[in-house]
Amino acid sequence: ANFRHVDESFFDDLEDMLIESDVGFEMSMKIADELRQEVKLQNAKKPKDVQNVIVEKMTEMYDQAGNGENSTIQMAEKGPTVILMVGVNGVGKTTTIGKMAKMYKDQGKKVILAAADTFRAGAIEQLNVWAQRDGVDIVKSAPKSDPSSVVFDAVKKARDENYDVLMVDTAGRLQNKVNLMNELSKMKKVLTREIPEAPHEVLLVLDATTGQNALTQAKTFKEATDVTGIVLTKLDGTARGGIVLAIRSELHLPVKYVGLGEKVTDLKPFDPNDFVYGLFKGLISE
Amino acid sequence: MAFEGLTERLQNAMKKLRGKGKVSEADLRATMREIRLALLEADVNFQVVREFVKTVEQRAKGAKVLEGLNPSQQIVKIVDEELTKTMGEAAVPLNKAPKIPTIIMMAGLQGAGKTTTVGKLALKLKNEQNARPLLIADDVYRPAAIEQLQTVGQQIDVPVFQLGTDVDPVEIAKRGLEQAKTNHNDYVIIDTAGRLQIDEKLMGELGNIKAAVHPNEILLVIDAMTGQNAVATAEGFDKVLDVTGVVLTKLDGDTRGGAALSIRAVTGKPIKFVGQGEKMADLDVFHPDRMASRILGM
Ligand SMILES: Nc1nc2c(ncn2[C@@H]2O[C@H](COP(=O)(O)OP(=O)(O)OP(=O)(O)O)[C@@H](O)[C@H]2O)c(=O)[nH]1
Ligand SMILES: Nc1nc2c(ncn2[C@@H]2O[C@H](COP(=O)(O)OP(=O)(O)OP(=O)(O)O)[C@@H](O)[C@H]2O)c(=O)[nH]1
Ligand SMILES: [K+]
Ligand SMILES: [Mg+2]
Ligand SMILES: [Mg+2]
Repeated sequence: ANFRHVDESFFDDLEDMLIESDVGFEMSMKIADELRQEVKLQNAKKPKDVQNVIVEKMTEMYDQAGNGENSTIQMAEKGPTVILMVGVNGVGKTTTIGKMAKMYKDQGKKVILAAADTFRAGAIEQLNVWAQRDGVDIVKSAPKSDPSSVVFDAVKKARDENYDVLMVDTAGRLQNKVNLMNELSKMKKVLTREIPEAPHEVLLVLDATTGQNALTQAKTFKEATDVTGIVLTKLDGTARGGIVLAIRSELHLPVKYVGLGEKVTDLKPFDPNDFVYGLFKGLISE
Repeated sequence: MAFEGLTERLQNAMKKLRGKGKVSEADLRATMREIRLALLEADVNFQVVREFVKTVEQRAKGAKVLEGLNPSQQIVKIVDEELTKTMGEAAVPLNKAPKIPTIIMMAGLQGAGKTTTVGKLALKLKNEQNARPLLIADDVYRPAAIEQLQTVGQQIDVPVFQLGTDVDPVEIAKRGLEQAKTNHNDYVIIDTAGRLQIDEKLMGELGNIKAAVHPNEILLVIDAMTGQNAVATAEGFDKVLDVTGVVLTKLDGDTRGGAALSIRAVTGKPIKFVGQGEKMADLDVFHPDRMASRILGM
């Protein structure tokens, strides 16, 4: 829906577009209202000016919702940086570890992976393929063994053998499974017991195709593991991941990386400007 | 922003009306807005919502429910009926070939639950029909996809055919089918790699597998947590494959699962099974009425 005139129907289209991007009804209305006001305030009339106002205002809204938190990865001052990956089933946790490990390896860091998904069929083999591809080390144990003991072995090895980065892969779990969420908290405690500042990052992986349930995911995982940031995967598809706006506004969680494909290089730092632009792609003419 | 069920919503919207007797056009409009909201919060696609609300409004007007005693309950009933109708009246069974083997192929986005569902379906057929399925490992892209299917096969004691990752998936499917014929397997279930519906090359590959083995059943596997994008996904896969059914996975979560309604509305294809957990026994036949209640939060 390209537009010539900026009238009420333009803002109706804008609301639809936001809803269609999974921003959620309430959040979409809130954003549309603010944009309406801003466009009026700045007296923008020409489409090009309106576009600029919208992208600028949206980026500003995103930044404001952030409470000045850190959108980069928090690295340990001394000793290994520990990154714990969490999320529901099939969102891209293991793949994102494969991508990030390579990134750190290329920076000259000594990287080790912990195969703490001992549950899903083939999960250990999958992480092992990534470790081999990336040329990094891995700690693993037998399928069905206690994930916390894998975490313990890995964090101990990372500390004793001076690794720079430890990335912990966990099994996917739906946030309403209380036992599995407790198991995750336990894994996190094991890390903290061995290294008081660890985990330095708890990254919640969210699939961009997810609808309103992503908000519940963020809330529950945050409660169980003190999530420090989000990785938004599968943005190479047709989904836009609009739910992160509501997550940002309610829970103040920053998106740190986005996944743009299945290859090792398909990982990019999150850019709010690009993201906002993506949301309005259909509305904003080139 | 907790999800309210539609029943509560309508009751709230109509609280003011109590004792007023007749309900005005404006009241009806407010009611339809609540329905629209509830469906959007449940992730039903916004265009599907628009059509749906139109239908409900017409029926409500026609049935003169607003003059009746309990308008909100009557409207909920209409919504529930329309939802159930859209989602198909009864559970639709799996297609069966006139001559063995029945060939089933899985397709869907990355991480939707295809490989897990292959195992679950094989176990179900084994338990319920004493079937002897053969699983074909046709995902040559995802790291350790073959090992995953082999592990699944071991768990349920069902053989897995694989040719490694260096053979073309079309060839793997053909050779797997030959082996099934030789061994008189009554079902063949093909696990394919996850792919985006906009990936022309990989979608073309699925088309070629279909042309090579002529599946009796092509199941589109979709994550129940999917949002507005469910429509684009379902349309994309259906266009290339003309799917015969849908499997909705991860319904053991707390998602409302509005994707079910979107998919049904745009493809008209039946949802045949729902995934309700990670274990091999966690696959159930789809019940449209239960899904309707779930989406509405009733
Ligand atoms: N298109 C696309 N696919 C992705 C992306 N990230 C991951 N995937 C694919 O999504 C599927 C699931 O990824 P995994 O890394 O196994 O997800 P997971 O969260 O570890 O899954 P579980 O461990 O089973 O919970 C795989 O097929 C990946 O290749 C992405 O950014 N884009
Ligand atoms: N809770 C729950 N998890 C499920 C269900 N079905 C599948 N899963 C999980 O979802 C994740 C992805 O499942 P897979 O079967 O690997 O998905 P896939 O579609 O084969 O993934 P790709 O091959 O990477 O495209 C795994 O962690 C499964 O255990 C379900 O019904 N409920
Ligand atoms: K998914
Ligand atoms: Mg994984
Ligand atoms: Mg698979």
